[in-house]
Formats: sequence, C-alpha cells, structure tokens
Amino acid sequence: MKKNDAKSDEMLLSLQNINVIRRDKHILDNVSLTVYRGEIVTLIGPNGSGKSTLVKTALGLITADSGTITRSPVGSMAYVPQSMDIDETLPITVKRFFRLHCRESEITYIEALEQTGAAHLINASMHQLSGGEMRRVLLARAIILKPALLILDEPTAGVDIGGQAALYALIQRLRDTLGCGILLVSHDLHIVMAATDKVVCLNHHLCCSDSPESVSQSPEFAHLFGESLARELAVYHHHHDHEHGLHGEVCINETNTHHG
Amino acid sequence: MDEFILRALLGGAGIAIISGPLGCLVVWQRMSYFGAALSHAALLGIALGLLFQINLKLAMLGVTLLTSLLLMGLQHNRQYSSDTILGVLAHLTLALGMIVLSLLPGVRIDLMAYLFGDILSIGWQDIIWIVAGGTAVLAALALIWRSILSLTLNRDLALVDGVNETRTRLIYLLLLSFVIAISMQLVGVLLIVSLLIIPAATARKFASSPEIMAVLAMLIGLISVVIGLWGSLHFDTPAGPSIVLAASLLFSLSLLKR
Repeated sequence: MKKNDAKSDEMLLSLQNINVIRRDKHILDNVSLTVYRGEIVTLIGPNGSGKSTLVKTALGLITADSGTITRSPVGSMAYVPQSMDIDETLPITVKRFFRLHCRESEITYIEALEQTGAAHLINASMHQLSGGEMRRVLLARAIILKPALLILDEPTAGVDIGGQAALYALIQRLRDTLGCGILLVSHDLHIVMAATDKVVCLNHHLCCSDSPESVSQSPEFAHLFGESLARELAVYHHHHDHEHGLHGEVCINETNTHHG
Repeated sequence: MDEFILRALLGGAGIAIISGPLGCLVVWQRMSYFGAALSHAALLGIALGLLFQINLKLAMLGVTLLTSLLLMGLQHNRQYSSDTILGVLAHLTLALGMIVLSLLPGVRIDLMAYLFGDILSIGWQDIIWIVAGGTAVLAALALIWRSILSLTLNRDLALVDGVNETRTRLIYLLLLSFVIAISMQLVGVLLIVSLLIIPAATARKFASSPEIMAVLAMLIGLISVVIGLWGSLHFDTPAGPSIVLAASLLFSLSLLKR
C-alpha cells in the first residue's frame, strides 16, 4: 500500500449506490465512489463502461435514477472536458474565455498558463488551438478557478507517452499546490501513474476500487517506453475478484484474495 | 424630410440595434431555422390577435413565446431530429395562421404587409414600443450575457460553473420572441430572420471578441436600414426587401476581406 501524506479526511465527493438507466440499459449499476481532499482517484475501464456517465453524474450533469450524491458546493468544483467545439462564427480569445467565469488579473491567467506550458497562447483565438493546446488551456482555466475538487475527463487522450508523463506530473503538482482532490478518467487499462492514490475500475458496476501497488517492473513496459519512463510510470497490476465474459457478465474468480 | 420617413428610420434603427446582439447569439447557436419557425408562429399570433381583438404585438409575443417553449421541450425527442420537429411546428403554425386569417368574418387584411413588412406605415406608438421594449431587451440581455455566452461556448462547463440554464434560456427565448414580434412590421414574417442573421454574419469578419461582434452587428444593421430605406424611396421598391438587400450587399462586401 502506498502511503499518502497529502490525503486528508475531508470528503469532497461521495457517490453512494448510484444507478443510471438509459433506454433500458443499466449504465451504472450500484456504483459508489468517494474522493477526499488531497487524493488522486483514477477511473479506468473499457470503452462504453460508463466512465463518462459516472463523471457526468458526479458533476451533476446527469441525474441518477437512484443513489445519493454529496458534493462540495457549486464553484468549488472545476471540470476539464476532453475538448471543446466552438462555432467558428463566435470570435473568442483564450483571455476572454477565462474572463467569462474567473474574473482575475491577466497575471493570474498567465501564471496558470505557465503551469500548463501555454503562456504564449493568452491572446490566441480559441479556434486556432490544436487538441493539445486546447487541453492545456482548459487545464489552466481549472487552475484559475482554484477548485477543491478537480475532475478531468481523459486528460491523456491523444497525448503521446512522453506528454502523458509530463501531464501526470502536472496533475500531481496541482494536487499539492491547490491542495485539492482530483478525479480523473483514463481509458488506458494498463498504464496508471504511481501518483494515483486510488484506482477505480468500472464496467457498469464497480469491478474494484483500490490503492495501486508499488511500481511493478514489467519487462514489456520497460522495453516499450524505456527504463527511465518506466520508473516514472507504474504498471498497475490489480487483482479482480471476478472476470468478465464476452458479454460483460461476471465470472467469480476464486483464487484472488484482493478485492474492492 | 417627411414625418413617415423619419418614423421609419427611427423604428428601423431601433430594431437594428436590438437585433445586433440577439442575431449574434442566433448565429453562434446555429438557431436560424429556430428563428424562422418563431417568425412563422408570429403570423399565427397576428391571426389570433385579430380574432380575439387583442393587441397584435402582445398576441405575437405570446404565440412566439409559447412556440419557442414547445420547441425547446420537444428538442430532446430522440426519435426525430430537432430539425424535423422545427420543420413540422414552423409550417403548422404558418398554416394555422393562414386558416385563422381566412376564417375571420368581415376582416380584410393585407397579408402582404405581414409577409414582407410595411415599415412606412409605422406609427409613433410603434416607435414607443420599439424604444421602450428595446431598452428593456438590451438591459435584460446585458444581465444574462455572461450566462448565455458561457452556455453557448460549452454547456457542461457552464453548468458546472453554476449557470442557471433554465432561467437563462427562458429569458433568451422571451427576448427573441419580443424582437420577432416588433420586427414583423419592419420586414415581415419571411424576412425577419435575415435581419437577425445577416448583420451578425457580416460583423464576424471584423470582430475579435463576442462583444465587438455584437456592437458591429448593431452598426451594420443600422447602415442596412438607412441604405435600404433610401433605396426604397429612390427606386420606389418595397422597404423591407430593400433593407434585406442592402444588408446582403454589405455581407457580400465583407467576404472580400481576406
């Protein structure tokens, strides 16, 4: 078990026995999740496993069919979507975009952009941003909001492996400087940073929810990404108490002791 | 200058100024077909106003607002696209309007005036509607500007940041309905949306921020009204279509930039 000093007992988000059913499909089946201040929780699972639905439920964008949600008050939450699609006819710069919800001085904006390595984009049009630049800008916006809880939807999607490491290092730094709790979604089942305090594996229901083990030495991983990165990144081998069949049905796995 | 021309200029200028920022929002949200549907509903409003002998502007406002609420409610339907639902409702209200008008006993109205507008018949009372109503519309728009802009940019972010979507959208639809109701006399049912869209589209090329675009759209609308009215008097052409033609010419000129 990884010791985590930053984590406190202040609960920022609590989802208890959440059920979301859409068009007769049980998208979230009795899912519970908590995020404490100073904690980084990573939500993983295959495509279409309900990760986005869970995040949107946590954000209050989707109403759950049953279950209880306790979250920190409005304004203390910041959301970083994967991307933003702005109509070409709407002229807007990064600075104006920031000012829409966070009325701070330009210095604050630049400082936040510097943290995400995008200070040069302050006067750029939002339409000119590449996918990666847009993500940096959205992350900078979240920094300006100084949230208690930061929720990121697939922050590493489309980012190359070196960029991913830098991004996770930044997220970890934000947890320390902002002292916030962080919930992030990753579609990647195999690579979870050592920085993550808790991994939640979702496939419509909760498969497991656990602290990741210490960095494991996967030879394939080291081979693929190099020793130095491998040391920074962790391959998380967690044990399931069940396996999934082809259609997502649960098959109990007797031999495993570790479960969540 | 003849007084009726002065009245037409004042009324047209007022409507252009109100349409500027609202037109930008219609363009940003790709709601031009929504606006067209509302203007069709306005004709039904006129017919019902004549039938029940109530103030025509209030009748138009009521019917367009009800239609916009109905459209908003139906837009989440999964079976039909919002485009299809708009198409059904827009033409239903237009057809209903025509039928009610034809059934009115002893009333002979000039349908052309409603379809294409009759700005030269604008009275001082109409000007008061435009000035008083327009001021209220702009004030209300200033109040919801940040919220509606934020919703337009990204709904999820806006909601997480605590924007009240229902209230903002309701006020926005009310303002849009109002502008359509008072623009009716200027350009008529068929051309209302053009007055919202064309100046905003023209302004896009010269704007670096949403606010600059809104102000430019006001100015461009204003210039279109002046040129259109002058052309209408000079060439003896209908005023409403002349204003739309002037706006379109300005739009074409803007395309030359870059």
